[in-house]
Amino acid sequence: MAFQIARRFLGGGGNSVAPSIRYLGRTFTSAASESNLIRATLFPGDGIGPEIAESVKQIFKVAKVPIEWEEHYVGKEIDPRTNSFLTWESLESVRRNKVGLKGPMATPIGKGHRSLNLTLRKELNLYANVRPCYSLPGYKTRYDDVNLITIRENTEGEYSGLEHQVVRGVVESLKIITRQASLRVAEYAFHYAKTHGRERVSAIHKANIMQKTDGLFLKCCREVAEKYPEIKYEEVVIDNCCMMLVKNPALFDVLVMPNLYGDIISDLCAGLIVAILAREVLLLLRPCMVQHLILPERIVHGRIKAVLSRIISSEQAGFVEGRSIVENVLFVQEIIAEIRKRGKPRNLNLANPTALLLSSVSMLRHLELHDKADRIQDAILKTIAEGKYRTGDLGGTASTTEFTNSICDHL
Amino acid sequence: MARKSFPILKQLIQQCTNRSFSSTASPRAVTLIPGDGVGPLVTDAVEQVMKAMKAPVYFDRYEVRGDMKCMPEEVMDSIKKNKVCLKGGLMTPVGGGVSSLNVQMRKELDLYASIVHCFTLPGLPTRHNDVDIVVIRENTEGEYAGLEHEVVPGVVESLKVITKYCSERIAKFAFEYADVNKRKKVTAVHKANIMKLADGLFLESCREVAAKYPEIQYEEIIVDNCCMQLVSKPEQFDVMVTPNLYGNLIANTTAGLAGGTGVMPGGNVGTDQAVFEQGASAGNVGNEKILKLKKANPVALLLSSAMMLRHLEFPSFADRLETAVRRVIAEGKFRTKDVGGDSTTQEVVDAIIAAVD
Repeated sequence: MAFQIARRFLGGGGNSVAPSIRYLGRTFTSAASESNLIRATLFPGDGIGPEIAESVKQIFKVAKVPIEWEEHYVGKEIDPRTNSFLTWESLESVRRNKVGLKGPMATPIGKGHRSLNLTLRKELNLYANVRPCYSLPGYKTRYDDVNLITIRENTEGEYSGLEHQVVRGVVESLKIITRQASLRVAEYAFHYAKTHGRERVSAIHKANIMQKTDGLFLKCCREVAEKYPEIKYEEVVIDNCCMMLVKNPALFDVLVMPNLYGDIISDLCAGLIVAILAREVLLLLRPCMVQHLILPERIVHGRIKAVLSRIISSEQAGFVEGRSIVENVLFVQEIIAEIRKRGKPRNLNLANPTALLLSSVSMLRHLELHDKADRIQDAILKTIAEGKYRTGDLGGTASTTEFTNSICDHL
Repeated sequence: MARKSFPILKQLIQQCTNRSFSSTASPRAVTLIPGDGVGPLVTDAVEQVMKAMKAPVYFDRYEVRGDMKCMPEEVMDSIKKNKVCLKGGLMTPVGGGVSSLNVQMRKELDLYASIVHCFTLPGLPTRHNDVDIVVIRENTEGEYAGLEHEVVPGVVESLKVITKYCSERIAKFAFEYADVNKRKKVTAVHKANIMKLADGLFLESCREVAAKYPEIQYEEIIVDNCCMQLVSKPEQFDVMVTPNLYGNLIANTTAGLAGGTGVMPGGNVGTDQAVFEQGASAGNVGNEKILKLKKANPVALLLSSAMMLRHLEFPSFADRLETAVRRVIAEGKFRTKDVGGDSTTQEVVDAIIAAVD
């Protein structure tokens, strides 16, 4: 990693010096951002990806966001350098630009290669998974008072992948917690809370049972909490957290937790606001560089996923959920039928771009373009609240283009 | 071993209509552990109601505190002798180097199955209606194995152990429970896409057992998706069978859906012994304010003791107790704060005693 960084700064190619200078300029003088174009990598992805990516590009253009996209598509063959369908050039592009936006990507079935997301996560060392989760005004769900952020450690814990059979019928799986990884995710959580004007950080744990592993995680959180006296810090046992979330999600603000708990809790939160949408995923690179990659999460019901996975074979097909499961399945089946008819899953013009749009808003905030971010977010929320143009998954009939145009009008 | 547990199960569930049987039965001894925090308050409520109903049980009371190093010998002996225990919450200190007494007890008595029954009580305001889920959780291994060590400073490992033996017996228990209870579906909760070996073994055992019960529908669901589904469409679930940690989370999530931990009954069942306690968050003993005001909700433990009465083959008493509790909740005049009222524990208890016919 250090080698790659060094190479980046020394300038592996003639044109790679410029972006890093631009990057430095951006961090130290945010005013300069108006005149300078920021370069960002865009993975439109598969399926509905290109369609919703187009929507983001259009809106950014209308809002005059100073971003220049570098588009990268998933390769057709396995790149031996990454052992995945993602090419080395794509990864290099993200490393260079330090920020990227990613549409849904389908990992083709088959052995001998890594999943696309895993490749991104591991190669770029994206250690924190951030998912804002809030109910959209004007769109009625069972819980209307959700406004929380889950921050999940993304590299270790239960997902270490270390398992073995001790004797026949007895299997062990290792959960690894390290001080380094815990500290950096805690640091990020508090930093996020501070910069986003949040008041409270809750560490989620099960240290009453796993006293050493989760105990270490808590200890790290406490250490970091001391550095941020203005932010309230509390610790919640995960089972209690689950219960409080479903009883009253408004009790929480920013949640920070180890890998598995994060996986469970963030999906639970998404379930609370069922009908949407706004789960952006923001993955972090090394803390010193503050590099980001932002992707919209699959927001797919399990059953839709099951249907989809057969056809698109994906871990994250980009359909957004809404309505009831049955309706959703029907909706998806319709789309799938349509896809089959047209041969290519493109230009259906039915997809909901909200998740990717909100992810791009997160990206703008990360780039400290707060005014642009606010404007775009307001326009999205207004369009949905207005209810005139909603895509099929939100119970409307608008096409992607109509929805996008409506957002542009609100800008 | 699994076979032995079947009669226990049957007693737990079956609604016996034979009233004369129970009234002539000889009284049974039950070990009572009031526990910490609000524990004494709610166990006292149970004692009062039992007395008022003239239920044929008497209690052997033992004081145990959550911060004790280990369970006192005489308590364990008493449970082994009586075979049945009713227990308030025991606090587990966080990171204090003391292992949880709850876990200790489950391990020593081999209480391998934890049952939590989550259902919406008529009259309670909740966000979801028609929740009726039984969470059956493996109670002895998995993440709670307690095997942890520091590899080098700053790097800690925790072992999750899954065995074929335990997975099979919990799966059998779950299917047998579903069968006896006339439930239609068993859902196995896992994370086998990540923990391919450990959760894979659990799933494999569930599938093997499922093949023996063709009349019961069997499904598998990944734990994160399960939570999402639970909070959006809880009606779709029936009986759920889970490894240790996931069961803990799911039981608490469902408890939250159906009115909170204050009303969820539960029990831990082993081959010979059974310990009944609040269904969810047994380790959470309530805050001091509730304790001071004496406003803890006794409903969960009362419903748990109804489960216990059924287990002891006093089904008529169990029915009476349950009906009384349900009636008081449905009337809505006496409810504690957690379920939208402002009554004290004693007021609720008095109302229930009055409602017991």
